[in-house]
Amino acid sequence: MAQITIKGVKKNYAKTAVIHGVDVNIEAGEFVVILGPSGCGKSTLLRMIAGLEEISGGEIAIDGTVVNQLEPRERGCAMVFQNYALYPHMTVRQNIGYSLKVAKLPKAERDARVMKVAQSVSLEPFLDRRPGELSGGQRQRVAMARAMVREPKVFLFDEPFSNLDAKLRVAMRAEVRRLHRDLGVTSVFVTHDQTEAMTLADKLIIMNAGNVEQIGKPTEVYNNPASRFVADFIGSPAMNLFEGEFDAEGQFMHGTGGKMNVSQLNGVRVPGRKVVLGVRPEGVRRTGADTHGAIPAVVDYVEELGASRLIHADANGSRIVALDNDTAEIKSGTPVHLSLADSALHLFSLEDGRRISH
Amino acid sequence: MIERSPFFDALTYAVMIIGLILVVIPFWVVIVAASQSLQEVSRVPISLLPSDQLWVNLSEAWARADLGPKMLNSFIVAIGVTIGKITLAAMSAFAIVFFSFKARMICFWLIFITLMLPLEVRIVPTYAIAANALLPFQVILDTFGISWLVQAVSGIQVSLNWNLLNSYTGLILPLVATATGTFLYRQFFMTIPDELAEASKMDGASAMEFFRDVLIPLSRTNMLALATIMFVGSWNQYLWPLLITTDRANFGTVVMQLKALIPAQNGTPDWNVTMAGALIIMLPPLLVVAFMQRWFVRGLISRDK
Repeated sequence: MAQITIKGVKKNYAKTAVIHGVDVNIEAGEFVVILGPSGCGKSTLLRMIAGLEEISGGEIAIDGTVVNQLEPRERGCAMVFQNYALYPHMTVRQNIGYSLKVAKLPKAERDARVMKVAQSVSLEPFLDRRPGELSGGQRQRVAMARAMVREPKVFLFDEPFSNLDAKLRVAMRAEVRRLHRDLGVTSVFVTHDQTEAMTLADKLIIMNAGNVEQIGKPTEVYNNPASRFVADFIGSPAMNLFEGEFDAEGQFMHGTGGKMNVSQLNGVRVPGRKVVLGVRPEGVRRTGADTHGAIPAVVDYVEELGASRLIHADANGSRIVALDNDTAEIKSGTPVHLSLADSALHLFSLEDGRRISH
Repeated sequence: MIERSPFFDALTYAVMIIGLILVVIPFWVVIVAASQSLQEVSRVPISLLPSDQLWVNLSEAWARADLGPKMLNSFIVAIGVTIGKITLAAMSAFAIVFFSFKARMICFWLIFITLMLPLEVRIVPTYAIAANALLPFQVILDTFGISWLVQAVSGIQVSLNWNLLNSYTGLILPLVATATGTFLYRQFFMTIPDELAEASKMDGASAMEFFRDVLIPLSRTNMLALATIMFVGSWNQYLWPLLITTDRANFGTVVMQLKALIPAQNGTPDWNVTMAGALIIMLPPLLVVAFMQRWFVRGLISRDK
């Protein structure tokens, strides 16, 4: 088990900066997920920890040792790659045991360790096959076994499940979770899939355009997004975001003359202040027309989810999505009234997108 | 393209058969002539049916051109050149593809340009180097006055000399550099995903271990294809062995011996023996191609997974 300290880490390719200074502390034994859209620098950060990319600035320490100048093999990390990266000409046994062979361990010990690891991911029946004869899920397990056999201080996962189908992904997620519980090795997992991130992470790191947007527990990030980006990125269906400002009475004006009564946002309702108001679809409910503060809207279309449905509606030029449990049919064009749950409102600055606490 | 009409089928067959005949006829003539007696082969027009003298002619050619030891020489040279070429090609392509150093594109193009400079073009300078392989270093030492300095200080005259004439080294070494091989290997190495190199790095393998344990096994079909071409090419070398070996008895190759089998101006016109000799000499490359053609085609057109 090892602690990883990332201090002011930067990455430049020629003159383009792709990571602008990241500070993260990863505790020993923690399962950390780095989440972000493609091109945000999450894989680059992981590869810098692994030693596959040079660190342009700042420092990374594993277990208190600064590893900036160390070769990958000296860092004690093992990595699982997106495309498995198995050696196609070697059997599963040879694939798993290759690092031990390179380390010149005696054959008997090698075989014993390969066997033990293969058992833990139920690969024994396939030990003498080549990767080409295995299914995607089996290949992924070989890749994980190959990482485990070295008994590393840190596991690094680079979008390992993105080539698997949805069902297998869920199964592999459970498998990774179980392995982490059993082995307790510090793990860093990179993904762009938020469900994967939410279910796996002890600590979530949200990255965007080379910057860390927020670090926190999954529920923390979901309930208190630190920025407009995080609010928009986390959660499916995505959070409703309205750009607008407060008027003299403290009403929130948005779209083409729409008004929302947001009296619960006491203290921050400065007239003329330009803000982004966010509310998750589950915080938007259908109500009667006579409810205080009801927002009139016109249904655009309805998305059936089975147990519930999403109503996409237009409120004075602003798009609003509401989660609805009713089953009565709603046609598009129907006028409805929506209300916002008190506790579910988020406010962000329009200028820099940071959260405005209230 | 799939065309299905009787006429088109007939046409394709016709083209194919004509091509086959064009290729096979010279071989047929060699085999027929090699099996005839002196009387039969001297008849005009020549008969195109084989006779029963094949074994006699083969033994005669074998003895006359001293093909036994020469065959051994040819094998040593051809195998040496093949192994050398593959090793050099694989390693230079490895350097060009997997290492990012500043001059790597320059290196690649320098190697590539040598495609335009076959041995025949640079035969005089190559011979000069073969006569003294250390000549370039001598020139450098002389130009910078180092040899003068050494002589002035220690009284020793610097005169480097490594003669490659009349040696297997001389027959093999100058033929080992190959742009074709490097290019073929480069193309293959470029199809190898970066992640494989990274995975081996994470497994703790050094660059040479990655080369030995991953790249070489993966390039097996490639290697066999290359070996086939290179073996045939170096077996058929005529000009270079002719030039570099004055000691024909010890270092001559079979292809050079063909000359010895051609009837002298006023000698007996025994072309049957000449043809028998040609038959023996072309047999090894023919067998190599026959055995290797399966991998040869695979290695050149596709990768096996």
